[in-house]
Amino acid sequence: MRKIWITAGVACVLTLAGCGGGEKPAPKADAGATPAASGAATPDMDNGATITGKVIFDGTAPARKTLDMSAVPACTAAHKTPAKSEELIVGADKGVKNAFVWIKSGLPADKTWAVPTTAVAITQEGCMYTPHVVGIMAGQNLDIKNGDPTNHNIHPMPKVNADFNQSQPPGAADIEHVFPREEVLVPVKCNIHPWMRAYIGVVSHPFYAVTGDDGTYTIKGLPPGTYTIEMVHEHWLDQPQDQTITVGAKDNKTQDFTLKG
Amino acid sequence: MVAACTLALVTAGGLVTSNDAALAVPDWPLNWGRLVPPLEGGIRFEFAHRVLALLVAALTAWLAVWMQRREPRPWMRRLAWWAFAAVVAQALLGGALVKLIDPKVLAIAHASLAEICFGLTVAIVAGYYGAGGAGNWVARLAAAVLFLQAVLGAAVRHGALGVAPHIVGAVIAAGVAMWASLGVMMKHLDQGEMPRPAVALLVFTAVQIFSGLAAYSVRAASVQDPQPMPLTVWTTVAHLVIGAGTLGAAIVLAMTSEGGKPTSR
Repeated sequence: MRKIWITAGVACVLTLAGCGGGEKPAPKADAGATPAASGAATPDMDNGATITGKVIFDGTAPARKTLDMSAVPACTAAHKTPAKSEELIVGADKGVKNAFVWIKSGLPADKTWAVPTTAVAITQEGCMYTPHVVGIMAGQNLDIKNGDPTNHNIHPMPKVNADFNQSQPPGAADIEHVFPREEVLVPVKCNIHPWMRAYIGVVSHPFYAVTGDDGTYTIKGLPPGTYTIEMVHEHWLDQPQDQTITVGAKDNKTQDFTLKG
Repeated sequence: MVAACTLALVTAGGLVTSNDAALAVPDWPLNWGRLVPPLEGGIRFEFAHRVLALLVAALTAWLAVWMQRREPRPWMRRLAWWAFAAVVAQALLGGALVKLIDPKVLAIAHASLAEICFGLTVAIVAGYYGAGGAGNWVARLAAAVLFLQAVLGAAVRHGALGVAPHIVGAVIAAGVAMWASLGVMMKHLDQGEMPRPAVALLVFTAVQIFSGLAAYSVRAASVQDPQPMPLTVWTTVAHLVIGAGTLGAAIVLAMTSEGGKPTSR
């Protein structure tokens, strides 16, 4: 009996020592992931359609909350005025910043899209992520930088892709990662500084955008067709909005979204 | 002392969860690749939790060895070894949480096993001071229900359940705990002395109900604020610690013959 317990204990320890994920990200593509196909398509900027629009806040815009960074002087010192939450930023003209808009369905299923060779960067500056919301293609390199004189840990929390959690001291090399599967949106957090949040929209094609300061977005080069266009905002993460839109070649269409406060 | 350190460890674990700091140290058993990590932000909570865990493991091991040599009652010796085994299992579970990046099932198991570790140390303390009779079956039921309620609470905290089952569980647990404590107190009314474990269970239950209401209200009121808010952290951790105290009181009551007088050692 004693041998059984000892064997079970050793097995537990070995399992813990061997199981992965705690430190190393998993950048390799897996089965079912978006392939980096040769001869993959790129958006036709000359003949493709353009969708523009605005994400509008309906109601009284809430004041942005002040983030309490007082526990970490290096973070506080990076801001001349107290940093504000980026969870919901409504501009003077009711435009909502940092909404993620993407073509959810309607693209030809047999078409693969070229993955840009340039990486998308997220920088930790002043103990905040810049940009706060970013789009990236499945298979594209994500480059995570630490521009702070303090320690961070990078902890994305995907549901479809593999998660990882990695420390990044000041001056450390950039962390590179690839999300192989489409997933909108992947929250990213730092457990050292719990106010830090970023969101990554991982899409299998290049037709996505993040709304700017005025709440507007533009998606260009879309092939003619009928699409479901979706808007997701972190404040209403479980309430994405879908709309159907039909575009022809060289069309300029408008698709606005409204978020009720 | 072991029981007090275990309660401190439970508190530190609660602070880790409430401050969302469980993965601030991404490696285990080392901390950022060394013995002492940079002590800032969430790392402080996680590292303090690990240091306390090491202390509790050492104390529990010492207690088990000491009782093996000095304690005449076999069930007490077994209890001490079970406590040590539970603490070791808890440490391994904590390591697995870090390695596997905090899966909800393991996080709930970790929180639940913490209650068991604390309950075992409380049982040892009660046994040391003479408890150990057949006790009162309602008190045993109360201890079991309170433990299940703690598991439900852990499930809520780790996002596996909504708060509704925990609220329903609170009504049931409070009812059983009051039944157990008031039943014993009624029996002793004519003796002019209230049995302490029964009084303690009643007081802990009442305070726990209010701490739960406070934790829920504060959380609901600050849902739009950047989390974790200090008041949310402290009310939630207080609810967790008082819950552990309530469980401890029920265990002592369950181990006390007729709910009032300890059996002889």
